[in-house]
Amino acid sequence: MNDIIVENLNLWYDKFHALENVSMKINDKKITAIIGPSGCGKSTLLRVFNRMNDLIETVRMEGKIIIDDENILSPETDLVALRKKVGMVFQRPNPFPLSVYKNITFGLEIHGINSEDSFDNIVENSLKSVLLWDDLKDKLKKSALELSLEQQQRLCIARLVAVKPEILLMDEPCSALDPVSTARIEELMIELKKNYSIVIVTHNMQQAARVSDFTAFMYLGELIEYNDTNNIFTRPEKKQTEDYLTGRYG
Amino acid sequence: MKKRFNPKTSQKIAFTILLLSALVTIIPVVVIIIVVIKNGISAISWEFLTSMPKNGMRAGGIFPAIVGTFYLTIGATIFSLPLGVLAAIYLSEYAKENRFTRILNLGIVNLAGVPSIVYGLFGLSLFVIYMKLGVSILSGCLTLAIMELPSIITATKTALNSVPKQFREVSLSLGATKWQTIRYAVLPYALPGIITGTVLSNARKTGETAPILFTVAAFYLPRLPSSVFDQTMALPYHLYVISTQIPGIEKNITYGTALVLIIFTLSLNLVGIIIRTRLRKQKKW
Ligand SMILES: Nc1ncnc2c1ncn2[C@@H]1O[C@H](COP(=O)(O)OP(=O)(O)O)[C@@H](O)[C@H]1O
Ligand SMILES: [Mg+2]
Repeated sequence: MNDIIVENLNLWYDKFHALENVSMKINDKKITAIIGPSGCGKSTLLRVFNRMNDLIETVRMEGKIIIDDENILSPETDLVALRKKVGMVFQRPNPFPLSVYKNITFGLEIHGINSEDSFDNIVENSLKSVLLWDDLKDKLKKSALELSLEQQQRLCIARLVAVKPEILLMDEPCSALDPVSTARIEELMIELKKNYSIVIVTHNMQQAARVSDFTAFMYLGELIEYNDTNNIFTRPEKKQTEDYLTGRYG
Repeated sequence: MKKRFNPKTSQKIAFTILLLSALVTIIPVVVIIIVVIKNGISAISWEFLTSMPKNGMRAGGIFPAIVGTFYLTIGATIFSLPLGVLAAIYLSEYAKENRFTRILNLGIVNLAGVPSIVYGLFGLSLFVIYMKLGVSILSGCLTLAIMELPSIITATKTALNSVPKQFREVSLSLGATKWQTIRYAVLPYALPGIITGTVLSNARKTGETAPILFTVAAFYLPRLPSSVFDQTMALPYHLYVISTQIPGIEKNITYGTALVLIIFTLSLNLVGIIIRTRLRKQKKW
């Protein structure tokens, strides 16, 4: 079960209290959207789940985050194993300036693979899982930078899928894309949900409404409301949520 | 009311001054090259480039000096490149900002400012005498290598810093360790900068006489070195010798030697630039 259980999470950047007492349970094989105005701590929360915040020297965290019965905030956490299990898709498509093929095998070269699976197979399956195989099967040697932005973002997801993660974190994955590409990536997310738990940060409320099963609304570092996406959008319980959804701020 | 310059006039004056300053800086280079070519081109021949010096260096060729300089360039790089790159990786990727690191960095900056004759004396006392390597290619290469280190470290640090931050982030987020990230997601993209920086600075350093003076250079050795423990002739020192110690030498031999040294340096620079363009084309982002 790849739930993420967050218990009383607090995070500081130096003295700045960026996450205040966040508790929530993110459900397995569902899409959970985190929404809220810019600067409210969405990316920060997402980056706690794969401990990418550790790269920032001033960060300090308290609380617990449990994935597979392990508190990933404990100092003994194996970050390599955690990040293999919890992969991340970034705001801007960021393929390496390498061929399509080499982009996907990047993670494989690092982690090694079981001998029964060949690189070729994994590349094919990864591209199929992001619906790029038909477009790119004859262009595997082509530089990833020559692809369209949407294809690049799909490739980044394929690169991630190749290392067999269980949870996908996506930080505004469509913000660099046009509406048509955005719609197609959203379809892909719904497809991917069969195999992965997905947490997506978005400042686009419609996107949250369209793709997610659960929605968390954050404001100034606090988790204001977290519920079924339907409930949040039709019957928000908190005034702040309602104000945000009706466009009164942010 | 005070009279002010017409802005158009002052603009013109500023432009002229700037242009003149730029021209002045390249005049010496152009003059040197013209003078050296004019006086030396007549000495250049296949024989001059490929035969041993004869007649107390007043005739014959400069082959052993060319070969010697070639060995020294390559040999010094073999030591300085890996050491410099590893040191730079440590300093820019691993070292914490503390007193020790500051001292290291300060040391490197100062190393770059040490006069080359001091390196020569240092090489003499450490490699030649203390480590008993003798006056040899090995001692010369090590001395040159130490002199090359600061610029290689600086070039490598700059190249590492210019690799987009997102490459590291992606690599780490895929579960790579810090070292794997540096090895696979940073170094390949820093390589053009590292190589160019190395070649360009080494090209200049191998043109120096002082560091090889006491450590490797032979006054007159009309044969090729047979091992790294041999002495060797080298272009810069040979040029110094024939211009100051050999009375009655034909002018065109001196200038011809200078011309070969300049061409050697320039072609190394060219190689550096070609490598950079090649690698850049492969990896554009
Ligand atoms: N590296 C950092 N150092 C200090 N403060 C930061 C850092 N990163 C983010 N913050 C601050 O934390 C808050 C939350 O940022 P972030 O999680 O990026 O917001 P969001 O993704 O919701 O726009 C912001 O006020 C931001 O200024
Ligand atoms: Mg953000």
